[in-house]
Amino acid sequence: MLRAEALVVGWSGPATSPIDFSLQAGEIVGLTGPNGVGKSTLLAAFAGRATVFSGCLELQAGLRLAVQTQEVPPVDGLPLSGRDLLGLTGASPEGLPPWLIDRVDLRLDRLSGGQRHYLALWAVLHAPADLVLLDEPTNNLDAAGVRHLTAHLRERAREGCGIVVVSHDAAFVAAACDRVVTLEVRDVD
Amino acid sequence: MSTDLFLIPFLTGLGLAILLPLLGCYLRLRDEWLAALAYSHVSAAGALLALVAGLPPAAGGIAAAALAGAGKRLFAARLSGGAAYALLLLAGWSLAVLLAANQPQAERLGHALFDGQLYFSSSAQLWLVAISVPVALGVLRLLSRHLLLAHTYPDFFRIRGLRAWPTQIGFDLLAALALALATMNLGVMGAFALVFIPPWLAFRRARDWRAGLLRSLLLGLVAYIVAFGVALWLDQPFGPILAVMLVAFGLIVA
Repeated sequence: MLRAEALVVGWSGPATSPIDFSLQAGEIVGLTGPNGVGKSTLLAAFAGRATVFSGCLELQAGLRLAVQTQEVPPVDGLPLSGRDLLGLTGASPEGLPPWLIDRVDLRLDRLSGGQRHYLALWAVLHAPADLVLLDEPTNNLDAAGVRHLTAHLRERAREGCGIVVVSHDAAFVAAACDRVVTLEVRDVD
Repeated sequence: MSTDLFLIPFLTGLGLAILLPLLGCYLRLRDEWLAALAYSHVSAAGALLALVAGLPPAAGGIAAAALAGAGKRLFAARLSGGAAYALLLLAGWSLAVLLAANQPQAERLGHALFDGQLYFSSSAQLWLVAISVPVALGVLRLLSRHLLLAHTYPDFFRIRGLRAWPTQIGFDLLAALALALATMNLGVMGAFALVFIPPWLAFRRARDWRAGLLRSLLLGLVAYIVAFGVALWLDQPFGPILAVMLVAFGLIVA
């Protein structure tokens, strides 16, 4: 569903070294590498936001995409509940962990940072989509949250969804992903 | 006789007291509450300009606000952080005050617009409100999900192929026209008070978005009905009474 060859992407200028990448339906692929190597930029290019400077990037026509960025939804001071948030993306609360399911009707700005992050992540992960792009999904999550997320990524992939995960959490990537692509530092002339 | 005399103004204001607190919830969501004050001043200036030019003031006010709402998008990239609203507010206020100071007929209307003389509303204004408010509420309902999604998940909104400009321009126009209509009847500050204070109070306690809308609507309606009665009883201009009542509500709750 997604294929890239010798792809170089960036914002105002090239920010990554050339990369070959592919993703099939039902597959989970991790993107890792040191800070500043361009993992999030590559994900933004898959989402059509960052600029492709060279190489080729092909996405299967008609794909429904869902993307989670590292920015937390700005909900402070707004009367938005977890159920409101899930309703906006079309995600179902079914399958939420026990420590969150009874809080889904509370306002998001009354939840802890971890609970809010997981709900915001769930809203994207369970939105009707064929390809899900996740950027550092384990940020702010405790061990129970990471375990639950790992299990549900697998379940989502079994439903046929392709998933790309950017993460610096090596243990999570190893447990959740079918393949791992490590980005190399770009050579600067 | 007196019942008939005050029924038209009451119903005119009632329609606006339903629309403005709901509109204010979405302005607050987008952190654009200053827009209410800006559009009110621009529409007051437009009404005075139309009067001086021999045109119907209401049409001038609505046209000026619509132009400001649609035109704002053209300068959005250069005027971030609410600068567009501050400039519109200052430009509208300056023009309105200068016109009122130099044209006798503009002075009278200027006082009415800034004082908020709802009791002078005519059946033509009631008809305009009766037609516009249901349409505006319908448009707001259509835009609601996109406004919320664009605010919480801007990347998700874009990646799903949803175009931002119809939502943004649609909402800007809706806000501008609603505020123009409200300014013609409730006055500049009366309209602003109904847009700003009910959502501000409602958002503090409401458990979810729907409850926030409902609380805001109820607060706006109660304040409007009480202010209408008090202003009539004390024989005072309506706008300041409504504003002071909402400020008192705000201070008590806050």
